[in-house]
Amino acid sequence: MGLRTPLYDMHLALGAKMVDFNGWDMPLHYGSQVEEHHHVRKECGVFDISHMSIFDIQGTQTQAFLQHLLSNDVALLDAIGRAQHSLLLNEQGGIIDDAMVFRTDSGYRLVSNALTRERVQLWLEQHAKNFACSVRWRNDLCLFSIQGPLARQRLASILSSSRANLIQTLEHHDAVIDGDWLISCTGYTGEDGIEIMLPAKQAIDFINELVGAGIAPIGIGARDTLRLEAGFNLYGFDTNEQVSPLTANMGELICWHPESRDFIGRNALQVQRDNGITEKLVGLVLEERGVLRAGQPVRINDQITGVITSGSFSPTLGKAIALARVPMDTGDRGEVEIRHKWFPVRIVKPRFVRDGKILI
Amino acid sequence: MSTIPADLRYASTHEWARLETDGTVTVGITDHAQEALGDIVFLELPALDSNLSAGQPIGVVESVKAASDIHAPISGTVIAVNDGLTEVPEGVNTHPYQSWFYRLQPSNPSELQQLLDADGYQAIC
Repeated sequence: MGLRTPLYDMHLALGAKMVDFNGWDMPLHYGSQVEEHHHVRKECGVFDISHMSIFDIQGTQTQAFLQHLLSNDVALLDAIGRAQHSLLLNEQGGIIDDAMVFRTDSGYRLVSNALTRERVQLWLEQHAKNFACSVRWRNDLCLFSIQGPLARQRLASILSSSRANLIQTLEHHDAVIDGDWLISCTGYTGEDGIEIMLPAKQAIDFINELVGAGIAPIGIGARDTLRLEAGFNLYGFDTNEQVSPLTANMGELICWHPESRDFIGRNALQVQRDNGITEKLVGLVLEERGVLRAGQPVRINDQITGVITSGSFSPTLGKAIALARVPMDTGDRGEVEIRHKWFPVRIVKPRFVRDGKILI
Repeated sequence: MSTIPADLRYASTHEWARLETDGTVTVGITDHAQEALGDIVFLELPALDSNLSAGQPIGVVESVKAASDIHAPISGTVIAVNDGLTEVPEGVNTHPYQSWFYRLQPSNPSELQQLLDADGYQAIC
């Protein structure tokens, strides 16, 4: 038996097919992964992502601590509720994890991946010793991600009028703290959406209300194809501790100014930049029938020089798509080996679908 | 609970086989198989006129989740391939027993008797 979120029995009652996901028993789908995918693009749905790791950082030196630990600069979060995407790097500049960082009324909150929870918690606690601050794993909270063009409208129909007003005006990467809820305009699907962290004891009642308001439960299967279409990296596939953010389309999560900010991994990244970046993460589109999968080799100009880091069938495009790491000078054509045969692929910007629209 | 028609024979690798009145055998994958695979998005079927041996991997079914081999339930020569199905692979999810993959002229018809009957297949699902 794996770890379970407080919603485990609810998933079963909703007809979920459960699978192991990084040690957690999670819903893969509730009938059809592809239908759930379309439902999020066209209407909206709710993901239970309470398996993700939530950490609260409190104390008098939280800002200095996180300025040292994170690639992005928390000083840019100029008001309570502001959020930013950021990276925890090792000394070599490899990605320990990516995290959403929220400024709260008492410090900061980090939300990072389930896969890396122990590694990240140890890393935070180890470095927090040098600062006047504490790290608390908030496994008493649940996290729901409500995503899709109708997310705000349907969500508003079940919230108090004050909370309904709050979510209608939230801008991308903004959050509000309202009582014991943290409500943010964030997500991992490429659609508009709202995420809510709330006490676990309120979670079952809340998801019942969401489903009652026509917000369909969506499994982690569709979560993966939605994020792949949006071109968002998946930790453990597209990124890991051996991967630099500079070769993973994550350069914008590094705040280089001020130069005096000595965050972990900065020196290594600076050396990489000075030497020149030799690889990049691109999007692939297979025009023929078939499915691209992680690990398949990519051939550019008759040389096997790339590899697919994650791939699947894109329900929106009706074709296979992938993210792949290839040499920096790669053009717009390549080939992928599927079961000992080579298939031509188009190389595109790794952003296939956003806000319901096909971009390639 | 998946459907297992009584008039078919089954391989332990989750293919069904139906003996036609002309002695040929039609092959597809079971309801249990499609349910385990999830949304099917790609089929690679054996070529017309190819000779298959019982148990041999002869094609691939890919769902959004993963790729799985399909195996020949019995030996024989492929006399028809359902090319239309490769255009609408999701049909395997909705109608697994109407969504035939290919038809064989068996080289050893007695192999059909060695396949599982519905009760036998039920026991391994």
